Amino acid sequence: MDSGTLFNITTIVYFVAMLLFFVYIASKNTTIARAATLAALIGFIVQTAALGLRWYEAYQILGSDGRAPLTNLYESVVFFAWSILLIYLLIDLKYRQRAIGAFVLPIALLSMLWAQLSLNSGIDPLVPALQSNWLTYHVITCFLGYAGFAVAFGVSIMYLLRIGKEEKEQGDKAVGGVIGMFPSSRVLDDLNYRAIMVGFPLLTLGIITGAAWANYAWGTYWSWDPKETWSLIVWFIYAAFLHARFTRGWVGRKAAWLSIFGFAATLFCYLGVNLVLSGLHSYGSA
Amino acid sequence: MTADTKPFADRIWDFFCSLKLTIVLLLLLAATSIIGTVIQQNAPAADYIREYGQTNYELFVKLQFTDMYHSAWFMGILGLFCVNLICCSIKNFPRAWRFVSKPTLIAPDGLLKNSANKASFSSKRDRDLLASELAAALKKEFATPRSNEAEGRIHLFAQKGIYSRFGAYMTHLSILIVIFGAIIGTLWGEKGYVNIVEGTQVDRFQQRSGEELPLGFTLRCEDFTVEYYPGSNRPKDYFSDLIILENDQHVMIKGLEKTRIEVNKPLTYRGYTFYQSSYGPAGNTTFKFRITGNTTKETQELSARAGEKISLGNGYSFVVTNYASNYSNFGPAVQMRVTAPDGAPGNPFIVLQNYPDFDAKRGGAFSFSLLAMDQLQYTGLQVAKDPGVEIVWAGCFLMVFGSLTAFFFSHRRIWICLEKDGNKTSIQMIGNAHRNQAGFSLSFNELQQKIEAAINGPATDKE
Repeated sequence: MDSGTLFNITTIVYFVAMLLFFVYIASKNTTIARAATLAALIGFIVQTAALGLRWYEAYQILGSDGRAPLTNLYESVVFFAWSILLIYLLIDLKYRQRAIGAFVLPIALLSMLWAQLSLNSGIDPLVPALQSNWLTYHVITCFLGYAGFAVAFGVSIMYLLRIGKEEKEQGDKAVGGVIGMFPSSRVLDDLNYRAIMVGFPLLTLGIITGAAWANYAWGTYWSWDPKETWSLIVWFIYAAFLHARFTRGWVGRKAAWLSIFGFAATLFCYLGVNLVLSGLHSYGSA
Repeated sequence: MTADTKPFADRIWDFFCSLKLTIVLLLLLAATSIIGTVIQQNAPAADYIREYGQTNYELFVKLQFTDMYHSAWFMGILGLFCVNLICCSIKNFPRAWRFVSKPTLIAPDGLLKNSANKASFSSKRDRDLLASELAAALKKEFATPRSNEAEGRIHLFAQKGIYSRFGAYMTHLSILIVIFGAIIGTLWGEKGYVNIVEGTQVDRFQQRSGEELPLGFTLRCEDFTVEYYPGSNRPKDYFSDLIILENDQHVMIKGLEKTRIEVNKPLTYRGYTFYQSSYGPAGNTTFKFRITGNTTKETQELSARAGEKISLGNGYSFVVTNYASNYSNFGPAVQMRVTAPDGAPGNPFIVLQNYPDFDAKRGGAFSFSLLAMDQLQYTGLQVAKDPGVEIVWAGCFLMVFGSLTAFFFSHRRIWICLEKDGNKTSIQMIGNAHRNQAGFSLSFNELQQKIEAAINGPATDKE
């Protein structure tokens, strides 16, 4: 069995998990919710094994030039999906809000589908600039940060759907229907904050490790390269989000929109910069 | 009192302290930063004119869009951001500091009544004995308490994680430190590049502006090597062997005369760091030939550079007119011609390195075998001297530490109040955390059970 097969299995399991989360929201059956979470966990374990196998394969193919599977667009998209599941499962472990899976799993599933269906999964040797341990630290911290923002994005969408309904029904009776299965808007608002609270220090660390690496490889820790600048833009947006928590008038809807806006900037930083702009991070063109 | 009746200075102060300003500035920085990622920065004027037209180019120059991250207006926003950061911190720091300088040692009655985390017990045991036992229990399970007696009550106060009140200030300070380090680097740093041909040396380097700066020592490139991945022309790695000379004396670095640098492995000497960044051909390829006289059967080995006329004896000479590292997939090749003693230039012909006997079939006075083709390379090094970089790293370290402290730790406080109540002792315990209330309330419940066990005492067990 090769890692590609395992990644395909991962994709299918994520799809099943997502369907189960949808069924749970529609049926309110907690057994299904448990099955959905279990499926997500199994998918995550399979994907972890697949990442390990791909790491091993890199050493089989490239010998001593092997490297961690974090170096091209395909590998980064797969790792993005893995990071999202990791952050989601941790949040699930702590807060047990099952319905969130229905809004987070699709992001991971779309990433896996894109990677498996249309990205080049070849294991190529690295150009000299990427041959550094900093690569691993930089990629892991950035992507865990991105994953925190992805979870916050899913939660924010749920918040906006839920708050409209809550306000219409004036809060005296429980919100019915599918949206009734969502956690309350207060919980969603809090989770949005908590996911960003996890993502923000990781992004900070990601930017710093990137700067340290750039300084080590080129002698300049900051050169206003488009990728660097966009990561800073994302940082500014989430810094604004976190400070907005301390003043009235910027919570709730505005915070949810800021979180959605921040994730859009994150995606542009991750993909848009490579596909649209040019710069040092050229894996997008590979 | 409305804002309008406040003194002007106060209104200015309020403006700079306002969190709304922080949010507006952060979003403004985010929005304006986009410009420089869309419009190429520091490109030659002709590039902008070609892409955007003359009128737009003039507008860009006026708005400083061609180097926007160093423009007056962007610096202005960053400056205002720093002022805002400092003012907010000055305004709020004393409130956080009060938790250190004047801790609430005695829980006020209101807090005792209304705290979200509270428990009360009653015991027949002596108040003073209980107080010292509970102090020991708190020390073991939470933190060393301070004890106070007031109005017939004994108050125990213990706290943990007070530093987390300062996480935000550490983070703010760290941003100022990073910016300070960046300013130091801009003012006193030197950045540039130098190209050194193998076997030569330099004692100065070029800045981006084109201006040359002295290094204060001599840097020599002994050798340059590129390694390729097998079966491809993708470079795997490239190295330069560098030697540093002071007053013509070799300087030993880490006990070695020669230091090999490669991508991601720079060399630092006297504040300057040299980074392997590029390479290329440095003209003047040298060719080595074995030449056989077809009539004399004498062989000789000669070296030649492109365009150089080399004598073969007997009035004959040859010249290399062209060369390729891979000619029609036959590998390295040269084009050359032989000039006869009468001065008549012969027809040009091609010699392939991989087919050493091939030229013998051409006929003529001499046949040539190409033994080696040595392309001299230059190594391209980035040169950087940044006295601010250590400050920037210190700031980054504080930023990570500060933001983790601010987000993931909280200031937790426990008060226990013991009071004589007839022949019993009544005990009240409350707890407070400034963040993560849900998590704290779980650990408060655990602590509550341990305190209860301590109240019941080791000997009494249950009544």
